[in-house]
Amino acid sequence: MIRLLAALGQRAQSALARLGRLHLFLLGLLPALPGGLLRPRLVVDQLFHIGVLSMQIILVSGAFVGLVLGLQGYNILITYGSAESLGVVVALSLVRELGPVITALLFAGRAGSAITAEIGLMKSTEQLAGMEMMAVDPMKRVIAPRFIAGFMAMPLLAALFSAVGVLGGFFIGVGTLGVDAGAYWSQIESGVDFYDDIVNGVIKSLVFGAVAIWIAVFEGLDCVPTAEGVSRATTRTVVNTSLAVLGLDFIMTALMFNI
Amino acid sequence: MSMDDTHLIEIRNLSFRRGARMIFDDLNLSIPRGSIAAIMGPSGTGKTTLLKLIGGQLRPDRGEVWVDGQNVHKLRHSALYALRKRMGMLFQHGALLTDLSVFENVAFPLREHTRLPETMIRDMALMKLNAVGLRGARDMMPAELSGGMARRVALARAIALDPMLVMYDEPFTGQDPITLGVLVRLIRTLNDALGLSSILVSHDVAEAASIADRVYVLAGGKVVASGTADEVNRSDSPWVRQFMQGLPDGPVPFQYPAPALEDDFLGQGSTKGGCA
Repeated sequence: MIRLLAALGQRAQSALARLGRLHLFLLGLLPALPGGLLRPRLVVDQLFHIGVLSMQIILVSGAFVGLVLGLQGYNILITYGSAESLGVVVALSLVRELGPVITALLFAGRAGSAITAEIGLMKSTEQLAGMEMMAVDPMKRVIAPRFIAGFMAMPLLAALFSAVGVLGGFFIGVGTLGVDAGAYWSQIESGVDFYDDIVNGVIKSLVFGAVAIWIAVFEGLDCVPTAEGVSRATTRTVVNTSLAVLGLDFIMTALMFNI
Repeated sequence: MSMDDTHLIEIRNLSFRRGARMIFDDLNLSIPRGSIAAIMGPSGTGKTTLLKLIGGQLRPDRGEVWVDGQNVHKLRHSALYALRKRMGMLFQHGALLTDLSVFENVAFPLREHTRLPETMIRDMALMKLNAVGLRGARDMMPAELSGGMARRVALARAIALDPMLVMYDEPFTGQDPITLGVLVRLIRTLNDALGLSSILVSHDVAEAASIADRVYVLAGGKVVASGTADEVNRSDSPWVRQFMQGLPDGPVPFQYPAPALEDDFLGQGSTKGGCA
């Protein structure tokens, strides 16, 4: 029993220590961010790796989510005789919730894990230590450009996800199930509010992006510099980001929509 | 307190521990300017740790490290980075940036720290690569290089900013005889031609002793012998003799500390790591 308690205490202590290091890391990163902005070439390179190379999975997933929303939404709405509202149902689901949340989860799996693995391998092969000894601050040269690019890429990817999802809903609703095209678009136009829905969705995706990239770069830098350490850090990035995004989504939804 | 001008590096009363294990215990060591100093000792004596302490990547628990008149661990971040620009370090595995070509790796410190025109950066990087015999490998990627080539590229990068000090971490480990000979000659030639000081951390006794002006043997967190290679070879200390002559048993036991043989094979000793 005592051993169990000791093990639990050790785990809690380790988790708290990690949380502390995560925040200390952010404090160290913030002063490096302006320097990262002054080197746009590095940020653009990372935008390509983090943003452009993630587009395939984002676009395909967005399209399928839109298709499924169209099918499910139509099946429910038709029982109430309001299939014309399909457009607004699909759009609100995507813009308010599914766009930012699923994009963040995919972002963690595709870009976050790659960044953690890359930084972890740079650490384990002494590339970061080598930079330090060349008087090049890895925080400015490696971490800051990735953080800025990740923060910028997330809302753009979430917007693409939602846009493709709406088109997917249109394809299945109008193209296959016979919903009126004019009704589909006009319902979206009248039902989706720019500030309450779109801006709140963008705020969510910005917050999720910041959290996802923060965890990804931290886990890479904090990993034990061995093959197993990098592997564990990559897993932690995906798990911790997913939990953080889902938890934050609940809190932000409650705050934004006055529930 | 300042330091003697004839010495580039002075380490005073240095103590450093990792967890419960004491790595250095009141270590004192001075390295003269312009010389090649070989720091030797078996694996685990803290040779690489000593380089990291000199470079300011680790902080000592006690004591001081002076490099060129500056107390490394009292420097502000910007001053430490300014000092590091005058130090080059060759890591054990090269630590080349894997996403950059050989040329870009050597040009990296020049691009980061100077505003030289591209043509001049090209010429300087190629000159450094030529010095290590790899001008023709400029377009190769680090993954395409052999271990010896990677270390030579890393050496070219380490001298890119014409440093006053180059630190070599186990440069000879795992090298074939030809590469080993090339590296030994390069370290001596570069030290003399560029007027550097060099610290060579190694447990390859013959190679390190053949080019070092002074040899320091570390054990138990202290320097147990120092002097020229001949002086250290003639040491009376059984520990130093065992190390320099590569004897399998002696003051450094062949067996890692373990329970008594009787306990393990005849008694009811721990079953960990074996069959119950």
